[in-house]
Amino acid sequence: MNFELDDDQRMLVDSVQTFVRKESPVSRFRALRSSGEGVTGEGDGFSRDLYRKMGELGWLGLPLPESVGGLGGSFVDLMLVLEQLGTTLVPEPILSSIVLSAMTVAECGGERFLDGVATGDRLLGLAYAEQNGRYDLSRLEATAEKSGAGYRLRANKRFVLDGHVADAFVVSAKLDGKVALFVVEAKDAKVQRLKTHDGRFAAHVSFDVELAADRLLAADGLAALSRAVERGAAAVCAEGLGVMQTVLSMTRDYLSQREQFGVKIGSFQALQHRCVDMFVETELARSTTLLAALALDDPKAVSVAKVQLAAGGRLVVQQAVQLHGGIGITDEADVGLYFKRMHVIQALFGDEDFHLARVARLGLD
Amino acid sequence: MDLSFSPEERAFREEVRAWIKTAMPPHLAAKAAVDGHFEMPEVMEWHKVLAQKGWVAPHWPVEWGGPGLDVARRFILTEELELAGAPQLSPFGLTMAGPLLMQFGNEAQKQRYLPKILSGEEVWCQGYSEPNAGSDLASLRLAARADGDFFVLDGQKTWTTYAQYAGWIFVLARTDPAAKKQSGISFFVVDMTSPGIRVRPTLTIGGTHAFCDTFFENVRVPKENLVGPLNGGWTLAKALLGHERTLVAAVGHSTRTLLRCKRIARETIGDDGRPLSQDPVWRAKIARMECRLEALRMQNYRAIAGAKQGHAPGPESSILKLRGSEVLQGMFELALDLMGHDGLSWMNEPGVVPAHEDWVAPTYDYVRAATIYAGSNEIQKNIIAKLILGLS
Ligand SMILES: Cc1cc2nc3c(=O)[nH]c(=O)nc-3n(C[C@H](O)[C@H](O)[C@H](O)COP(=O)(O)OP(=O)(O)OC[C@H]3O[C@@H](n4cnc5c(N)ncnc54)[C@H](O)[C@@H]3O)c2cc1C
Repeated sequence: MNFELDDDQRMLVDSVQTFVRKESPVSRFRALRSSGEGVTGEGDGFSRDLYRKMGELGWLGLPLPESVGGLGGSFVDLMLVLEQLGTTLVPEPILSSIVLSAMTVAECGGERFLDGVATGDRLLGLAYAEQNGRYDLSRLEATAEKSGAGYRLRANKRFVLDGHVADAFVVSAKLDGKVALFVVEAKDAKVQRLKTHDGRFAAHVSFDVELAADRLLAADGLAALSRAVERGAAAVCAEGLGVMQTVLSMTRDYLSQREQFGVKIGSFQALQHRCVDMFVETELARSTTLLAALALDDPKAVSVAKVQLAAGGRLVVQQAVQLHGGIGITDEADVGLYFKRMHVIQALFGDEDFHLARVARLGLD
Repeated sequence: MDLSFSPEERAFREEVRAWIKTAMPPHLAAKAAVDGHFEMPEVMEWHKVLAQKGWVAPHWPVEWGGPGLDVARRFILTEELELAGAPQLSPFGLTMAGPLLMQFGNEAQKQRYLPKILSGEEVWCQGYSEPNAGSDLASLRLAARADGDFFVLDGQKTWTTYAQYAGWIFVLARTDPAAKKQSGISFFVVDMTSPGIRVRPTLTIGGTHAFCDTFFENVRVPKENLVGPLNGGWTLAKALLGHERTLVAAVGHSTRTLLRCKRIARETIGDDGRPLSQDPVWRAKIARMECRLEALRMQNYRAIAGAKQGHAPGPESSILKLRGSEVLQGMFELALDLMGHDGLSWMNEPGVVPAHEDWVAPTYDYVRAATIYAGSNEIQKNIIAKLILGLS
């Protein structure tokens, strides 16, 4: 067993850290977000230029095959990047375009759809969630049927992350009783842009369209879709770890500076203990995120990590707000931005209950 | 001891229920039906409807316009208003300034202020906290300097809820800078239209401008606006915190939110294809919150029934504040969790999520404040440890 980063990984982490501090402090996210004080919500919530820069740095291509301009590297490396991006809430659509979509397309042999994705010129979104599906990927009302030489796709997908800017969607639909995956250009979709709790954007996306035969990515795509969502879960654990570390240190700094009753409030034992609880949860999240990264194919490992993120992550952001007092309730304070992001990533890719049920199934049945 | 309601009391319940149906203006009823967000002007509109009926201040003595209902009928009235999802009234006049003026004000002050609090003609806000005086309220610095027939106020209050709508503010100010912390403080009522007052609304994490910074620059306040003795304001401050704590038991808000959780559970399909309301895990979660709420409700009944009308309850009220705020937060947490992906939606146009889910996420965020305001939960625990358990 070896839990140390190798030299390349350490260099990668350093360079992302530097980049994030210089190019994307949390104030940048604050200015770009979809709702908040003095915010119009008219922009797209991120910068295409910065995203392309991430492409130049090779981060977008890290987990993609060389045949599409990727580096063929490991997903673990990408998780290291995501953890750092979480520390300042970097909003560029890596999760949606690379982790969820491009990796799935590549895995299904859809290289033809990946031109410009690793450079950041083209954005993909994964359209899988539906009104009555919750977290079961096969519980679909979307349908596809053979039509002429191609297919007719009818689907209503909800909360497609970054769906407001995606150039194309990977869409799940029932075809001959199986979960099939299609790639559909945005011009063939109806996109309803919407704001999310964390100040980002998503979209409800509906499809009623004739597709050429080569738009079918996988006739039996449930396993690939499941892996996409597993990666998503692991990815938000990494990002969430960045969130937890950051609010923990913000809170510690605040307690060391704020005075009431003539002393630093950090001198109150009740608050010290609370901070310790936050610290312990963060360290456990570090352990379970590593577990998920190293055992991505093991559903139990991913669930353990997601459950730790759910319980520990929530405690950390809630207590961070609490210990900031009134300031923590203002939109002006950064702690609230992290608080909101944590709640969004908890609801994605299986909530606590979904993952608990899965662990129970794996361990009991 | 008796928990049951008499036939007359049950008839009163029917009367209240029927009245709400006819009295609530349709635009408020439409929001109530989906637990929408009531803006302050809408809250005051409802205040006036209730005032005309004579039911706006069930806890006020008849002498000052209270309806003279016994404890059981007060419970019934409050409960029916909650169940109907009626707007929650602003507490700053009815529950704070009003009872304080009754207890500590002189006759002229009572005559001047109480009727307009009751009618809703004058809206109030609370000016206690300052940037450097939160939990440590006694370190407040807003200065009130005597000058002829006036006091001149200089300084800043913060987190003043809905100051932007208020015609009046009650403040704690320092009248004797030389005295020890608690002893140099006085209680004033101040006209918000006085020259020198400036209000800056602040956006909260809940997406509404629920509180403000309130600045005072050479604000001249007539001497008759001093309530209670000069330098005796701390007594009033403490009395008020008692009233405030009972209020934040928030039983009504939690009850209503539990109903909302149940509705979401019935209308959200789970991974097994059935509504979440039929899933044993979610059922257990909802049931647990219901038990916590019912325990709190009974605790609250005991406290209210025990306290004399118009008087503040003792340190036990800290229990209500502690548990009540946690239950309220827990209810919204449950609602948000039940919503699954719908919980991602933030203040979108109608239809993105069902209307009764629209305000869950913003309110979930905002009610994180419930463990901070009205004396943070850490402070309540300090109070219980010291004053009830005798630990120090
Ligand atoms: C939504 C909202 C509305 C409000 N409305 C009003 C209003 O209308 N009028 C008004 O006057 N005020 C209002 N307040 C202010 C509120 O009363 C204060 O926020 C509260 O008293 C806490 O003060 P603070 O924010 O300065 O936090 P601080 O006192 O700085 O506390 C920061 C943290 O330290 C903890 N802490 C402090 N002292 C101790 C201790 N001795 N032991 C253990 N822990 C401690 C606190 O619990 C908190 O977690 C409002 C606040 C909010 C959030």
